Amino acid sequence: MGRERLAQYALDSPAGRQALDSGLSGAQWFHSEVPRKRLKELMARSDGPAIRDTVIWVGLMVVCAAAGGVLWVHGHPWAAVPLLLVYGVLYGSGGDSRWHEAGHGTAFRTRWMDTAVYQLACFMMMRDPTAYRWGHTRHHTDTLIVGRDPEIQAMRPARLVRMLANLFGLYDVPVSLGKMLLHAAGRLTTDEADTIPEQERFRTYRTARLWSLVYAATLATAVVTSSWLPLLLVGGPRMYGTFMHIVYGLTQHAGLGENVLDHRLNTRSVRMNVVNRFLYWNMNFHVEHHMFPMVPYHRLPELHEQIKGDLAPMYPSIWAAYRELVPAVLRQLKDQSYYVRRDLPPGAAPYYEPAVAVPPSL
Amino acid sequence: MPSWIPTVKADDVEAEDVAPFTHGGTEYAIYRSPDDEYFASDGFCTHEAEMLCRGFVMGHEIECPRHNGRFDYRTGKALGAPVLVGLRTYPTRVVDGVVEIDLD
Ligand code: FES
Repeated sequence: MGRERLAQYALDSPAGRQALDSGLSGAQWFHSEVPRKRLKELMARSDGPAIRDTVIWVGLMVVCAAAGGVLWVHGHPWAAVPLLLVYGVLYGSGGDSRWHEAGHGTAFRTRWMDTAVYQLACFMMMRDPTAYRWGHTRHHTDTLIVGRDPEIQAMRPARLVRMLANLFGLYDVPVSLGKMLLHAAGRLTTDEADTIPEQERFRTYRTARLWSLVYAATLATAVVTSSWLPLLLVGGPRMYGTFMHIVYGLTQHAGLGENVLDHRLNTRSVRMNVVNRFLYWNMNFHVEHHMFPMVPYHRLPELHEQIKGDLAPMYPSIWAAYRELVPAVLRQLKDQSYYVRRDLPPGAAPYYEPAVAVPPSL
Repeated sequence: MPSWIPTVKADDVEAEDVAPFTHGGTEYAIYRSPDDEYFASDGFCTHEAEMLCRGFVMGHEIECPRHNGRFDYRTGKALGAPVLVGLRTYPTRVVDGVVEIDLD
């Protein structure tokens, strides 16, 4: 049962075709009412917050990499570890949220700044910029629609070993490097062929060829210098520094509803402290982001205030979110119909559950 | 032969904003630029079925609310993934405070 159900998550599965045929895919989603004037204020773009955050992000990485590198080559590897760990988390976890925000094109007002941060973050996270742009586009059209959304992390039943391994990139990194070589050879996976239009595919192949050269040069430098340092600075952080992006990312949708058309049923917003919000670029306001993807990350707290009357209360902490999602995901190993459904506050717009959102044969 | 259709009152569209208009069962988007010029295009994004009147106007660009795809609303030019196909645009004029579009 579990294995058959897992097969339905593939983008060429019968579930995906049913979702298309029934109108569940590409349907209209619930949006809270926000007066147009207020929404325009919230959508307004500016460069200031993202420039500030990017200077801090890149600046910290440069300082930590330089100081850690000097200690490493002068025979103090243990003293270098904390610095390289900070560097790695900024790279392998901070890179995920930068990939996301710059990919939406909302982080900065100036387009080339979004593009530059997007390209850098894609390289850090080993995500082809074209494939992941189209994949994330689908994630927004068909959030948690089985057989349509390529970004579902916690399936029913969850692939627990893979999820745990990915705390250190042990599944994602080999798969990403394999895809890079596949792309460099001018080919795509089945799922990518389903999401990337023909005329965009050359970008994927071109990027993969460039990245292959960069990784080959990094590896060659490590061999020639007989040092791990080049790999600790390039590519390696996607393994040793990636755990926080998994910790954050699982709070987004794990254990919640599938095949629904209301983000309040399949998405979590979680309160986080200032350090986590910097690393995660406010994506803890995830319901708000899905409802209004045009609102930049730095305005999401205000958007939350605007629409919170329609939302179940934010989870008070990451810990609180995990206290819910871990038991839910474990229960789904046996009971794949189970999901967490929260009560809305009095006066909230009721859940939007049109007949089309009844899961097709799942 | 132009076929001018009255749409919305010019003052009902704020500068740097967009308004919806429906005619004969078809949706259109009416734009007012920051320099108070009016433009018109088809109402739906060319990527998926999303109404552009819910989007965000920045300068001479309209950003689609669903995936942030952008068009130059003066020409309809698609400005990059995920929008790859341009928007159809229509000539406009303002007559007695009403924006008219030429559907021919
Ligand atoms: S529907 Fe407009 S960008 Fe996707």
